[in-house]
Amino acid sequence: MTNSEKNRLKDKAFQVFGIFCTFIGLVVLAIFLVDIVIEGVRRIDWDFLTSLPSRRAARAGILTAWTGTLWILVLSALIAFPLGIAAGVYLEEYAKKTKLADFLEINIANLAGVPSIIYGLLGLELFVRFMYLGPVLLVGALTLSLLILPIVIVTTREAIKAVPRTIRDGSFALGASKWQTVWHQVLPASFGGILTGVILALSRAVGEAAPLIVIGALAYVPFVPKSPMDEFTVLPIQIFNWTSRPQAAFLTNAAAAIIILLLITFLLNGIAVYLRNRQQKKIKW
Amino acid sequence: MTKRQHKLEAINLDAYYGDFHALKNINIAMEEKAVTAFIGPSGCGKSTFLRTLNRMNDYIDGFRVQGQILLDNRDIYASNVRVDELRKEVGMVFQKPNPFPKTIFENVVYGLKIQGIKDKKLLRETCEKSLRQTALWDEVKDKLDKSALALSGGQQQRLCIARALAISPSVILMDEPTSALDPISTAKIEDLIHELKQYYTIIIVTHNMQQAGRVSDHTAFFYMGELVEYSKTKTMFTSPKNERTQNYITGRFG
Repeated sequence: MTNSEKNRLKDKAFQVFGIFCTFIGLVVLAIFLVDIVIEGVRRIDWDFLTSLPSRRAARAGILTAWTGTLWILVLSALIAFPLGIAAGVYLEEYAKKTKLADFLEINIANLAGVPSIIYGLLGLELFVRFMYLGPVLLVGALTLSLLILPIVIVTTREAIKAVPRTIRDGSFALGASKWQTVWHQVLPASFGGILTGVILALSRAVGEAAPLIVIGALAYVPFVPKSPMDEFTVLPIQIFNWTSRPQAAFLTNAAAAIIILLLITFLLNGIAVYLRNRQQKKIKW
Repeated sequence: MTKRQHKLEAINLDAYYGDFHALKNINIAMEEKAVTAFIGPSGCGKSTFLRTLNRMNDYIDGFRVQGQILLDNRDIYASNVRVDELRKEVGMVFQKPNPFPKTIFENVVYGLKIQGIKDKKLLRETCEKSLRQTALWDEVKDKLDKSALALSGGQQQRLCIARALAISPSVILMDEPTSALDPISTAKIEDLIHELKQYYTIIIVTHNMQQAGRVSDHTAFFYMGELVEYSKTKTMFTSPKNERTQNYITGRFG
């Protein structure tokens, strides 16, 4: 075999190996999805979505779980969105490049890597014990907001950075203040990117069970939460609870609930991708 | 001959980016309702100087100036001067056309809207007047609500000039306004400069010597942060006093 033949063989070999690696994750996910769907899809019907939890698997539903998840989703968005955007705008547009700014920047990046259960402990200490709020929806949303805040800040900054310097210059040159420039030029131009980041962060929050269990969210909640101060459960906790039961019928319930949870996250991700594509089409610098 | 007024004047002006001494003891007086061109090789300080005239360098960390810049005999770096008020008086057009990603109408009236002007009739009238001044009205009057990004590069640049005119400044700074444009668009902008100098004091930075010759009444040659020579454009191009000026305008360096 000549050297050049050897090289071509190596090239080919790596290509095959690369394809294999690329597919590993996808194949595993596909097997999992197929398994879940086969197990759970027949369990999903109107009653399953509108029934309260029950000791008997056949009568148990996920009404309280998905309404809790929806509450958490909306409340977390309402909390994390303004905070994250304001912080991102400050860091990107206002903060001078000082030691303090560097320090903040590094720590925000670090926060994004803190395990979610630690946020749960923080929520437990701060909101449940120190502020006496109890294990209610608001506390769950606050805790998850802290969890996704670093992601929102980082994506906001990236989106703002993508707005060209020349647009800001144009605005300043017409007498606009910094705030007017941010409000009329920078935010509208980067809004699609920011929203994409926020939605992706929320779809992460929707899947969290650990921090909510730590703050004391219950698995068995026999009522639909009516206000942010009500106790609650969410889909991941319901799933976790059902999978730990010995009876097979509860596993079917869990599979069905997983399908609903996946639909919610896929829907969120789909919206994010749609917004991103639309933004890219609309503005070409 | 009536004596012309000095609109803008720099007195013993030094500027620094951190430790870098970008402008060295600049003294220059620019005439009202005339075109002054700044020429010089890249990095000579001409753009820096232009951007000190409407304080666009304020946002750059570590930038500072010493000395004075007088606009109508008032120091624009004095502590009681508000930058937004200054920029209503001193408009600016950039190297690359930079229309906002909004409609043509919104682009032209942006400066007015951020001043809090909401009167629709006034906004429409100002929009039409500014677009007529830049000979753009007939080209865009039917698509004022279309995105400004759909215009050609030359049209975009004239839109940017219209946008600057809409807030009725008395001085217009132009930073290489045609360097990103084709020759036909460039000619249109140069014609426009001829028109506008009846009403406005225009200061233009250009890399193009012929352009300086065509459009300006006075020319200033900058080199290494210093103002080397400043005189009537005709004089500068026919009998420059300084050897470096001569070398530059005859194309021996730069």
